Amino acid sequence: MPKRDRLVALAAGFVCVACPALAADIRIACYSDGNECPSQKEMSAQFMKENPDVNVIIDEVPYSAILQSLPVQLAAGNGPDIGRITAFGTLEPYFLDMSPYLKDAAYWNKEFGKQLAWLRNGAQDQGIYGLPTQTTVTAAIVNKSLFEQANVPLPGPGASWDDWAAAVDKVAKATKLPYGMAWDRSGHRFAGPAISYGAKFFKPDGTPDVIDDGFKTMAGKFLAWAKDGTIDKDVWVSSSGGGYRDAFSEFQNGQIVLYYSGSWQLRRLIDQIGDGFDWAVVGNPCGPAACTGMPGGASFVAFKETKNPEAVARYLDWFAQPQRYAELMSRTGNIPAHEGLRADGTVKYDLSPAGTAAMQGFVAAAAKLSPAAYRLEGYKYNFQIFNPTAARLSEAIAGQITLDQAFARIAQDVADALATAAKK
Amino acid sequence: MGAGFHRPAALGTLIARALGLLYGAVMGLPERPMRAAQARMRGGRLGWLFVAPNLLVFGVFTFLPIVIDFWYALTGGAQLLPQDRPYVGAENFRSLLACANYLDPTSCERDLFWYGVWNTLKFVAIQVTLMIVFSLLTALVLNRRIVGRGFYRAAFFYPVLLSPVVVALIWKWILQRNGILNATIQGAGGNGVNWLVDADWAFFWSIFVSIWAHMGFYTLILLAGLQAIPADIYEAAEMDAASPWRRFRRLTLPLLTPSLVVVFILGMIRAVQIFDEVYVLTGGGPGTATVYLVQFIYQTGFAAGVRQYGLAAAGSLLLAAALLLFTLLQLRGLKRGAP
Repeated sequence: MPKRDRLVALAAGFVCVACPALAADIRIACYSDGNECPSQKEMSAQFMKENPDVNVIIDEVPYSAILQSLPVQLAAGNGPDIGRITAFGTLEPYFLDMSPYLKDAAYWNKEFGKQLAWLRNGAQDQGIYGLPTQTTVTAAIVNKSLFEQANVPLPGPGASWDDWAAAVDKVAKATKLPYGMAWDRSGHRFAGPAISYGAKFFKPDGTPDVIDDGFKTMAGKFLAWAKDGTIDKDVWVSSSGGGYRDAFSEFQNGQIVLYYSGSWQLRRLIDQIGDGFDWAVVGNPCGPAACTGMPGGASFVAFKETKNPEAVARYLDWFAQPQRYAELMSRTGNIPAHEGLRADGTVKYDLSPAGTAAMQGFVAAAAKLSPAAYRLEGYKYNFQIFNPTAARLSEAIAGQITLDQAFARIAQDVADALATAAKK
Repeated sequence: MGAGFHRPAALGTLIARALGLLYGAVMGLPERPMRAAQARMRGGRLGWLFVAPNLLVFGVFTFLPIVIDFWYALTGGAQLLPQDRPYVGAENFRSLLACANYLDPTSCERDLFWYGVWNTLKFVAIQVTLMIVFSLLTALVLNRRIVGRGFYRAAFFYPVLLSPVVVALIWKWILQRNGILNATIQGAGGNGVNWLVDADWAFFWSIFVSIWAHMGFYTLILLAGLQAIPADIYEAAEMDAASPWRRFRRLTLPLLTPSLVVVFILGMIRAVQIFDEVYVLTGGGPGTATVYLVQFIYQTGFAAGVRQYGLAAAGSLLLAAALLLFTLLQLRGLKRGAP
């Protein structure tokens, strides 16, 4: 081999060895409600085939790590490039505005605008910080088999929380169950029914004002239901602070008649209950002000400390395109945050008949969400409202404090957290 | 055959000598530099050189965090990095200690802190007392010549080897509403009890589980203490017709006091720091019935949406100060009680 050819071969070999080292690594901290991270991983393999210069590493972590560890990692400068998160407000300082790297920012604003606003810091902010990967909605799910056994008719559309409480109580008594209903232990879960009873959560000037008549009314009902056994108080009382606890296992085991949770439970409902008993999504019971639950949803957000902002934006843009986004929704069984796909029903879900009906129930519930619920969900420090709500209502249910003391403490906790956040 | 028989021994001697030489050479290597260092460093300063690596590790991983903790306690805001945090002086301590009535946490500015304080004090008083009593009784029994003594010693020590989270999960399965205990009670025709939702029961079980998990360790210390007591003292007492109770009170207890003090101090420190098992078992509930001080620190500093690191740091310093005070009082009491 001539000397020149040998040199060329050597150089080519060197380049090939160096190739993987030149690839941009994107590390993602991902939590799953159902199968989101495995689905993301599978589809990312296709992305990497099409973009060999990008290497995607997905770390599947528990939700608690997203809430507790990720903020510390980001503050310490050791965060991932992308994270799947829900509590947007406190992480907002770390978000990367991807607008300069996106081919068509207008498309993002048109299709994901409503949820992109949750990632922004006020109305003036027009940045695009992440890809909303689901729209969630809280709603009631009932065990229809128990209603049939008890020979109690399901309350119809427009029935109030009082109507539902009376009905599930009848069913529980007839079927010898200890409780009629269970709500996830979460201030977010409580907020929807409170808004239905007139809670506004904000003053007209936009500052938080949690304790109003609507909030008090719903809290009073909730406490009364916990005391008379209509609601399973164990779910709320068996923990302290703002800690989350769901009541899925109680519902799965046929121990409660009505479970108040949300659309993110769909996969578990289908996979873990299946046809064990008849269940259905009945939307949100009404109050005098609305028949609303709370919206929500996780987003893949980009973090500004990434060394590969262009690759990060390219990756999320790849998933944002209608066909791929529809596939992701289909795989994960989530309601799309993409307005166009949600409106035209493009997403084809491979669901059982009960699952399909449940999905329709959740979509219908999403259409009835009140503007106050969207406003609260978009508030930067909404978790500073949700956590004290769960903590203090639990203490009142446990009998440690009165409801009035709980209201005073919630107001103080919210004010205190906001004052701490404002201290520079 | 005879020469062949001796050959391996000669080879062995040779190898041993070679190894001895190698050992001497290696161990002799630092001799020169050490002599030089000794010549240059007078007094006991060479000792510092030996402890320097340990001091460095201690300084970086223990002393420095304490200094940083002080800084966090004197600063406010939700920022993580020390340089970003505004100085607030003693505000965090003031906030923690602001109470209309210290016996009523609802009257305090930081009610959760005071629930933690009172729950911790109650827990320490009951758990440490019961732990010492049960550990001592178990050690006394295991010190006797009983059938299957080895098995029992291992069985009592086994829970110590388990992770606190595993311990808590095992007991959660037993105690939850549809757990094994209630299933057994209902199977026997009784009514189940909501063990972890009733405040008094939850507190009781937090103590029980903690004792179950840690008793083996303290039993082992006391057992070692018992075995160190010379048997002839008991023989002499028996010859003097001393009753078993008198032998226990006049011989065993005084001679076991050093071990009991170790168990008391270690048990108390562990009890004040109680967190992991109880957090997994009850989550601090029902309400705040099993919220202990360390959980307050954790929740305030790490689990809240807006993290109040300053308050958490101030709480941890107050906890450390209380622990230090307790330990000093115990040591003083021990010195006074010493013959």
